[in-house]
Parts: sequence; structure tokens; C-alpha cells
Amino acid sequence: MSALPNALALRRADSIERLWLLGLVTPAMLLIVITMVLPVGWLFYLSLLSDTGAYTTEHYVRMWEQPSYMRTFRATFEVSIMTTAICLVIGYPLAYFLSELPKRAANLCMIAVLLPLWTSLLVRTYAWLVLLQRKGLINNWAIELGLWSEPIALVHNMLGTLIGTVHVMLPFLILPLYASMRAIDRNYLRAAANLGASPMKTFWSVFFPLAMPGMATGALIVFILCLGFYVTPAVLGGGKVIMVSSRIANDIEIFFNWGAASALGVVLLVMTALLIWIFMKLLKISNPMSQVVKS
Amino acid sequence: MKNASLPISIEKITKKYGSTYALDHVDLEIKSGEFLTLLGPSGSGKTTLLTVLAGFTRPDGGSVKFGGTEMVCVPPHQRDVGMVFQNYALFPHMSVAENVAYPLKIRGVKGLEAQERVERSLEMVRLGGYGKRGIDQLSGGQKQRVALARAMVFEPRIMLMDEPLSALDKQLREHMQIELRQLHEKLGMTTVYVTHDQREALTMSDRIAVINFGKIMQLDTPRAIYERPLNKFVAEFIGESTFVPVHIENGIAQFANFSFKTLHNDSRHGAALLMLRPERLKVLRDQDNLNTQFNEFSGQLVHLVYQGDSSLLEVKLPNDLLVQVRMPSVELQNHQNLQAGALLRLAVSVQDTVVLSAEGGTS
Repeated sequence: MSALPNALALRRADSIERLWLLGLVTPAMLLIVITMVLPVGWLFYLSLLSDTGAYTTEHYVRMWEQPSYMRTFRATFEVSIMTTAICLVIGYPLAYFLSELPKRAANLCMIAVLLPLWTSLLVRTYAWLVLLQRKGLINNWAIELGLWSEPIALVHNMLGTLIGTVHVMLPFLILPLYASMRAIDRNYLRAAANLGASPMKTFWSVFFPLAMPGMATGALIVFILCLGFYVTPAVLGGGKVIMVSSRIANDIEIFFNWGAASALGVVLLVMTALLIWIFMKLLKISNPMSQVVKS
Repeated sequence: MKNASLPISIEKITKKYGSTYALDHVDLEIKSGEFLTLLGPSGSGKTTLLTVLAGFTRPDGGSVKFGGTEMVCVPPHQRDVGMVFQNYALFPHMSVAENVAYPLKIRGVKGLEAQERVERSLEMVRLGGYGKRGIDQLSGGQKQRVALARAMVFEPRIMLMDEPLSALDKQLREHMQIELRQLHEKLGMTTVYVTHDQREALTMSDRIAVINFGKIMQLDTPRAIYERPLNKFVAEFIGESTFVPVHIENGIAQFANFSFKTLHNDSRHGAALLMLRPERLKVLRDQDNLNTQFNEFSGQLVHLVYQGDSSLLEVKLPNDLLVQVRMPSVELQNHQNLQAGALLRLAVSVQDTVVLSAEGGTS
């Protein structure tokens, strides 16, 4: 070993390469520590402080005791689950259609799917408000066409909230789902047919399980983004649908209660992390983003 | 466990993509239990014909009958034919046993019987005990065998194979060729095999259909295809060959001042092509004398390439026409005069003097 020529120089070259790699990730690591780890730690610390600055668990106890908090959490989960479900119902066939198109056509259609993401979230949300309100475009036209006679409440309720959230979230579902469908070798489907499976059976026994990772990833992303969604539910829900994020904003802007807001933030964070963990255990996905990266 | 097999009858099958014919009024009768190979270059239409048989491609018109029953409008899942795909198409989310059991499950075969048939099928391809493995734990050759086991576990009477060996390395490929052929002899199902590898086609088939431009150029036994090609395309595509432009009169082909007796005493006249297979040409020594069963001609040796089992000689005939001669390397020692520039006497038997029409049937 010691007799090998150049052994030392070669080993040094190895360590220099490793140092370079380490140097490349340092900025990102620093950024994560400064913008994520420190604030979350600070949040947790704040949630344990009372108005006077003494340590207390009152914010957590209040969340448990006051039914209005329970309602907030329930509304948050309702909106998130419904949005995810509706996105799946709308997005699955669309992603399938896209994955069957020739690559060029599919790329063009994909731009259409992604177009909303290039527009400001606020603009999109207020645009929906214009369309959906009592004297909005949709109600006016429907009444003129005789579809219904009185304006229908399309906004400032659960319906309006869901219309908005589904619209915003849909691309996040379609993107990974499309990628994983596109990656399915069509020969699998031919093989299934050749072995005697009807188109329906082929779909459920071959296509659906193979597209599962993309679907799970998309659904998880939508669900988690919904849990912390603020702007769209706040505007289109009009105070009727109060989600955790709205409540946090209220606590800070109206009541200046940083402790209560922080406690809500901490609970939301813990719940989200827990859900991701359970989800990944159930579906045996090691990394929810792996599907997106792979394509 | 020899299965009943079915004959296949293909009539006027036509498929156009734009203005080009992928299949141009193809007629083909495949006998029950036969191993027939569709051989052709890429884009010749051979795979399209196979996918028409499997039901994946709808032809523009024509008829496909399995044992007398019209199948051309029947969807693929009701055709009951086995198929081995080029990249195997094994379901990655299922184990080996689940893959093989898939067609049984669909046919309602369950429990112990299904298990036994899966195991028997795996043993047939010498993968007994591999059932619990995942697909990505298998080597290329093993995947190939699983695909085969899956295709034959439901005892189809027709088996389709789309270049099943093309992804394997040379040694394994040659081994699998023999194994596939033995399996076919054991099971006896009508087999349609697609390949672009002429050696594979010659090794395995009862008959070969050489395809180009969506047409069958020749349909015959491997030996007849190799020794009596009907046209220039078949002669060029299968084996090595040199073409010599000749003039035919009264069964004698004339080139420069050499004349070649031909076997078929056809009444053809005028321009034609003489096909010479390099390994069928003999280099004569000074003392060699020929009987009338041989045609003799001569040329100048350009160079000799040693290739191990054989050596390739390039010989210049009159009109600067180059002819290749393949000589077993053991014979090199019998010849003294093999330097570049030497004059060589060559001979070809009348049997191997094949004359093709000058048009060649292609290009």
C-alpha cells in the first residue's frame, strides 16, 4: 500500500473534490437555517409565552377548550380534502388525455395547464370574485338566459372557496400525475390486452397502479398546500369559511396576540408533518418529489 | 403437453400510413404448428404485420383467420394468442409469479390449479422457484424467460414473438435461439417470429417470409431462401454476396470472357445478375482440374484479410469488378500464391450459380 506511487496525491485529489461539493451546498444550507429553522424555533418559543412574557401553555389549552378552534380545524380539513378530491376527479382524466397525446401537442397543452401559475394569485382570486359575486358575470348571464331567476350565492361560502382553491391547485396535481403516466410504457397495456384483460381490467390492474406514485405525490402536494392556504379562501370564503391561516392572520392583525397565532402555526406544522409521514408510510414513497424529478 | 395449434390465414392485409404502404396486400398461409419467421430490415412492415395478428394495429382492409375464424375485427384481449414483446413488457409492480399468473387470473383460474400451472410454466423455462422475485431482480435473459412463461401459461394455440432476443448479448442470444426452438417442438403451437437478424431466422424457422416495403419478397425454407433467392433484395439481405452483371443466352451466363453454366435451364435472355456467395467460391491450385459440374473464372487478388475461422479474399475480375471469396483459414497452408497481385483461378459449382433478373425486384 505505502509503496504505491502517487497514493498521497491521489488521496488529496479525492478530498479536494469532496470539499468542493460541500462548498456548493453551503449557501442553500445557510438559507434553510436562516429562513426555516430559526423562525420555526422562534415561533415555538413565542407560542409558550403569555402576554406578560411568562412561560405558559394557555394558548394550547385554549385551542383544546374553545369549540371555535375545533371548527376552524374542521373547516381547514374539509376544504383540503374536498379540494384534493375534486382536483383528482378533474385532473386524472386530463392528465391521462395529455399523456396519450404526441409529445409536442402535450407540451403545448401543458403550457395551458401551467398558464394560471404565471398569473398573480391575487389577480386570479379577485377575478373569480368578479365572476361569482351576486351581481357578477355568471349570475347576470344565467338570469338573462333564464337558467335561474334569483342570484345564487356562488361566493362567500364553501362553494366559492372550493372553486377558487381547485383552480389554483389543479396544476400541482396534474404535473406529477402527468409525468408518472407519461413514463408508463404503453407496451404494458398492450401486454395486458394480449393476455386477455379488457380495457377496464387493463386500467385497474396495470395503468392505475403504475400511475399511483404520481397520483399520490400530486394529491399530497395539493392537500398540504391547502392546509396552509390563506389568500383564496380568505377572499372567496368571505369570512364564512375560516381556515387556520385566516385565524392566524386575525390573531395577529386584530388581537395582536402573537402567542395564540404562534401556537396555531405550531399545531398546523406538526399536523402537516404527521400527515406527510403517515402518507409516505402507507404508500411506501421515500420522497414525494422523486416522481417529479424523475421525469 | 402438446397443445392444439391453429393455422393462420392472411389475405390482402393492407395498411397505409399517409401515402406509403406499411403492408401492401399481404397474402400468407401459415400452417398449423409451423415456426414461421418474418424477416426484414427496419421499416419493412414485419412488426406491423405481427401487431395486426395481435390486434394492436387495425389494418385498412383484408382478412386474418385463425383456424378458419375471421379475427380481423376482434379486439386484442379476445384473440387468445400469446405474445412475447421486444422489451418483455413484464409488469414492474408484480412479482414473477404474479406476472405469470396474470392471464390465468383473468381467465378465472384460481387457487391451487393456478399455482401449479404457474410453477409448471416457470419450470418449462428453467426458472422454477423464481416466483417470488421482483422483476427488477432479474437479468435480461431471465426476464426473457418469464415473458415466455407468461405468454404460454394459458396455452394459447398461436404464439407471436417480436424480436424477443434482440436485447440479449450474442452468446445468450444464440443459446436462447436453440432453447426457443426446443420449446416450440415440445409445445407445438403455431409461432410467428419477427426478427431483422438473418442468422436467427435461418437457425430457427421452418419457413421464412422475407419482407420489404410491406410486401413478401420470398417465402420458403431457410435453405431455399439462402441458396435460391428469388431476387436481388433477398440475396443481398441474407448472407454475403457479390453480383456480377451477365448476359444470358441458352442457359449460359456470359461475363467478359467467362461463361457460367446455370442449373435452371430457363429460357431467359439478355441482361441478368449472377449472384456469387463468398463461401461457395473455391480458390484453385495449379494442379486442380475441374469436372463439368463447375464454372471456372479468374481474377487478380487485391488483398487477403485473416478473420480467424475464415479469411476473406478480395479478387478483381475484368471491368474492375470486385468479388469476395471466403476461404476456411485451415486451407491457407495449401496455397503458396496468395500475395496481393497474384492471379487466382476461381471456381463455383453449377449448383451455386444463381442468376437473378437484372431489376432485382427492388429499388
